[in-house]
Amino acid sequence: MRLLLFWLFSILMLAFAFGIVTSRNTIISAMNLVVSFIFLACLFFTLDAFFIGIAQVLIYAGAVMVLFLFIVMLLFIKNEEQRSFNKTMLATGIMTMIGFCLVLTAAVRTMPSRDIVVPTLLPSAADDVTSVGLLLFLRYNLPFQVMGVLLLVATLGIILLSKDPE
Amino acid sequence: MPTLAHYLFVSGILFAVGLIGVLLRRNLLIVFMCLELMLSAANLSLVAFSRFNINGSEIPNYHGQILVFFIIAVAAAEVAVGLAILVALFKVKQTVHVEDLDQMKL
Repeated sequence: MRLLLFWLFSILMLAFAFGIVTSRNTIISAMNLVVSFIFLACLFFTLDAFFIGIAQVLIYAGAVMVLFLFIVMLLFIKNEEQRSFNKTMLATGIMTMIGFCLVLTAAVRTMPSRDIVVPTLLPSAADDVTSVGLLLFLRYNLPFQVMGVLLLVATLGIILLSKDPE
Repeated sequence: MPTLAHYLFVSGILFAVGLIGVLLRRNLLIVFMCLELMLSAANLSLVAFSRFNINGSEIPNYHGQILVFFIIAVAAAEVAVGLAILVALFKVKQTVHVEDLDQMKL
């Protein structure tokens, strides 16, 4: 059952991810990205990472996607016209991907822990918001604060960038 | 039951799809989306490692999930800043096609 769900979610996720790369219309790409991220969140749920899955849906499929769609519609980008595709570039890209997949296969094949089946968890592990929150605020408190400063700096930078030069 | 290798393969293929998008697409917005895909691929392998590395205590190793949380936050900031730069660039150049954006000078 777990294996079936795993294959279902991962095949759908990869199909929609491929849709982003292949579609000519930017809005369709953005929609493909939303669906791909929702299936990625489903994959996180199959790994019992409920907090991360929900954060993925809220932040990526919600906030980041609204930002992308807003920009696409604000800039009113027309469909990408069919430019002459650079043949050497296409060949280089595909060869990079094939090479990467080969290296990945070799690396995962020789990994000693690759055959570990999903270990069973205590029932209390379902309450992972508590565990992640405790760890975040006790052990990773400083990085958490630094993250807040980073977001503040990003906000200031965006305001500065979008201001008129005059 | 899926093994760790299953998840790592899917994560690697997702990364490769994102990489090919960054290399082949010429639209800056789609390059951004593919960057997000690559970050998510890393997130998937981190969560998989956290779930499979329970070292005897029968609860997942939550340190990996904390790292994923930080990656999501940084990625959100990165997208916001990147899109703001893109809008500022579009105001001047009227294009988001990377082949038309080959000069530092405006």
